[in-house]
Amino acid sequence: MFSRVLTLLILTVTFCPGIALSGGISSEDLIRNARQYDGKLVVYSGEVIGDVMNRGKFAWVNINDGDNAIGIWMSINLAKEIKITGSYKSRGDILEVTGIFNRACLEHGGDLDIHAQAIRKVSNGRVINQRLNIDKRNQSFILLLIIFLTWILTLFKKR
Amino acid sequence: MILKPVKQDLKVIGYYLGKIILGLAFTMAIPILAGLFFNEINPTLDFVVGMEISILVGFLLIKICHTEKDPNWMQGMIVVSLSWLFAMVLGAIPLYLSGHWKSFLDACFDSMSGFATTGLVLVQNLDHMSYTHNLWRHLIMFLGGQGIVVIALSFFMRGFSGAFKMYVGEGRDEKIMPNVIHTSRFIWLVSIVYLVLGTLALGITGIINGMKPVNSFFHGVCIFMAAFDTGGFSPQSQSILYYHSFIYEIITIIIIVLGALNFKLHYHLWVGNRKEIFKNIETTTFFITVTVIFFIVGLGLLRIGSYPSKFLLFRKGFYQLISAHTTAGFQTIYPQQFFSDWNPLALTGIIMAMALGGAVCSTTGGIKMLRIGIICKAIKEDVKKIIMPGQAVIVERMHHIKEVFLEDKVVRSALIITLFYIILYGLGALIGMFFGNPFLESLFESTSAAANIGLSCGITKPSMPIALKITYVIQMWAGRLEFMSVFTIFGVLYATIKGK
Repeated sequence: MFSRVLTLLILTVTFCPGIALSGGISSEDLIRNARQYDGKLVVYSGEVIGDVMNRGKFAWVNINDGDNAIGIWMSINLAKEIKITGSYKSRGDILEVTGIFNRACLEHGGDLDIHAQAIRKVSNGRVINQRLNIDKRNQSFILLLIIFLTWILTLFKKR
Repeated sequence: MILKPVKQDLKVIGYYLGKIILGLAFTMAIPILAGLFFNEINPTLDFVVGMEISILVGFLLIKICHTEKDPNWMQGMIVVSLSWLFAMVLGAIPLYLSGHWKSFLDACFDSMSGFATTGLVLVQNLDHMSYTHNLWRHLIMFLGGQGIVVIALSFFMRGFSGAFKMYVGEGRDEKIMPNVIHTSRFIWLVSIVYLVLGTLALGITGIINGMKPVNSFFHGVCIFMAAFDTGGFSPQSQSILYYHSFIYEIITIIIIVLGALNFKLHYHLWVGNRKEIFKNIETTTFFITVTVIFFIVGLGLLRIGSYPSKFLLFRKGFYQLISAHTTAGFQTIYPQQFFSDWNPLALTGIIMAMALGGAVCSTTGGIKMLRIGIICKAIKEDVKKIIMPGQAVIVERMHHIKEVFLEDKVVRSALIITLFYIILYGLGALIGMFFGNPFLESLFESTSAAANIGLSCGITKPSMPIALKITYVIQMWAGRLEFMSVFTIFGVLYATIKGK
């Protein structure tokens, strides 16, 4: 009985597009098993990186889960939720995206992407304060001094 | 009798090596200025340290080895091959200091990949990299694509008779102008004019695509440098897939094809000889091989049903093919998809395209179109000799800037280099298989490294064995310099031990 219920549950989750594959799927899993997830509702989460690229009423957002970044096609209203994107000077918002996964999107030139239906902000991004690395500063001064001394030495040698 | 290298040889090598290193050191001023512009203090310091070490090494070599003598063939070749190794190590210093590479070897791997315009990467967390370091990654492609020696010849050296030997050692054997210094400067003129035009085109497209103007032009300049020099680095981890733009794909295709053309052909196009592009053996061979290989790739993708429509099949298949054939290495699919979504037939087509490469005297790697054209002509000549009556005189001609008769020594040279490339692809594949990777994946990655492509099927990653990283570094180095200057080093080592 238990095994039948389990089988039914697995079949429902796998083949019913109306139910999201809960728990979130890694980008590695999505890319490697793209045929299996093609056209299904998936949950994918990660950090928003780079630019939010507005295209009319929609926007492209790239989300990196630590292994790969995947392009998310979302409405401009959903994209407005994003306040900070990841770059050298910031850690981007962490989003959980629920949407339809496309192995080779017919609408977007065959790209592997996710068409978002809903997003949830897991955590807010933050700006990283850059502090001067004292070791690097000292190294650069010491090296400058060595170059200067070497130059002086060569001048003496010439004379 | 083999002669042992003498002190004078070492002095000449050291002196010219020092000059090239000094030239390289000054190029680090560009990321320093960028770092100050973007207010990235620590990345700027990474380059100050890198520049200072490079100046110190170059300065010491020049002073210790000071000589008035011009390099001979052996010395010129050694200078070139060593300057690429020094460039790799010195160029890796600011990269390693950024903390984006797990080890110095990984930073050296990416540095060689950049200078050799390969595009394979071991970088970590690329999406959070500073503008300063990202600019350097792409700049080294631009410098390496034109040639490190070409930079030194163009900007930092006065004319000397040994210049041509070093120019040839860098994998270029065609002079565009009578003087090699003028040839080097012409190469830079072409590159900088295209840099301005290409950056504008990509920058404006980026803005239309919804990117912030600063990012748009920064990406524009980076992608241009990687595209024109058929390198394949990109500022973001997704390569060209990041932009989700058909126009961006088309512009990058135009730039990489321009980069894959012979600079001599560029010269003739610039002076108005546009017919040359239709007659030249390199462009006609390129057109034929692209058509034939696309048929193979398309057939493979069609059989497995990789894409839901023929247009998408063309868009994805053609982009990866042209990227492989021009040795650019940009991707609009994920590396893993080569094995999950593509079948072995399509993949074999991509490996073939990678192995062939672009034009000689261009920024591409691989066997190169001129050699393929020559070999095909030689086969045609031999077949004619069999078919025609014994007393018939068979003479095969080809058009490369001018009409030239196919001589045996030209065919021999083309065949030898082709053979070396095939051996290099095979050796890398064997080593890849030794570390447990399947045959096709190993061949794919090895060909990508040796032909300076940069497409990856996933073998190249920070966790791969150290020996495999070193193998790929040697492949990138030998493939970019087209063997002769690399072999000279081994020859000199042998002479040092066995010579008198």
